[in-house]
Amino acid sequence: MAENVATIFQWLIFLGMAFISVLASFLVITRKNPIHSALFLVLTFLCVAGLYILLYSQFIAIIQVVVYAGAIVMLIVFVIMLLDLEVELKAKLKFVYSKVIGGFLAILFLFGIFYAVVAKSPTGKVGSYTPEKVTANVKAVGEVLFTQYLLPFQVIGILLSAAIIGAVILTKKRT
Amino acid sequence: MWVVPTIPPALYLMLSGVLFTIGVIGALTRRNAIVVFMCIELMLNAVNLTFVTLSHFLQSLDGVIFAFFVMAVAAAEAAVGLAIFVMIYRSRETINVDDINILKW
Repeated sequence: MAENVATIFQWLIFLGMAFISVLASFLVITRKNPIHSALFLVLTFLCVAGLYILLYSQFIAIIQVVVYAGAIVMLIVFVIMLLDLEVELKAKLKFVYSKVIGGFLAILFLFGIFYAVVAKSPTGKVGSYTPEKVTANVKAVGEVLFTQYLLPFQVIGILLSAAIIGAVILTKKRT
Repeated sequence: MWVVPTIPPALYLMLSGVLFTIGVIGALTRRNAIVVFMCIELMLNAVNLTFVTLSHFLQSLDGVIFAFFVMAVAAAEAAVGLAIFVMIYRSRETINVDDINILKW
């Protein structure tokens, strides 16, 4: 009985998060004001973070909130404030055939994904990290990250510092 | 006794597909470069959801590590991409992607 109640709560949280994230992402692409789009983007990211917690991945959920919903969207909002986008707000949405064709192809692609998901359940080598074992998720992730994936981790560090230096040099005024 | 089934992985993958498609449609139809950029972030996020879902249902941590790397690349991309937008706005006074098409075939 207790398992049933827990599973029902999982279903409720999943359905709620899924509905809100789809609605918010739809609003991201339909709002004309980029600030509204950015705020709905934060809502989408928070809902996906909730789904990560439902999947027993606390580490990636917290990183999602801090990096995506915190840092990246803050950067986007900051740049929107720097730029003057009043002209863009007044522009009418033009009807172009390429957009219709693109949207149609995207929907076709979505049906392809649905078919691929339903036709075959995910197969692959089942690892040893059962949900009980990853209750201390951060510890498990750290162990894998600093042993098996140490080199990619350091390459990512180099990439991030290169990106920071590149951003500073790009925005420097030419003298 | 009737037992409620747990959430199947197919539902998570479908949700991720829907989010990805919404991102694709937004990137194709919106003309403001910053909104296009946000749609790309949305697509990266949907792919991350797929990684974490499969990592959970295959009981492996590789997907979580990969999602972590995707987030790091997204942060680097945000820094450089937004710097480029600021530079383009300084020289061209617009970030409408229809006006910045000199690289387009």
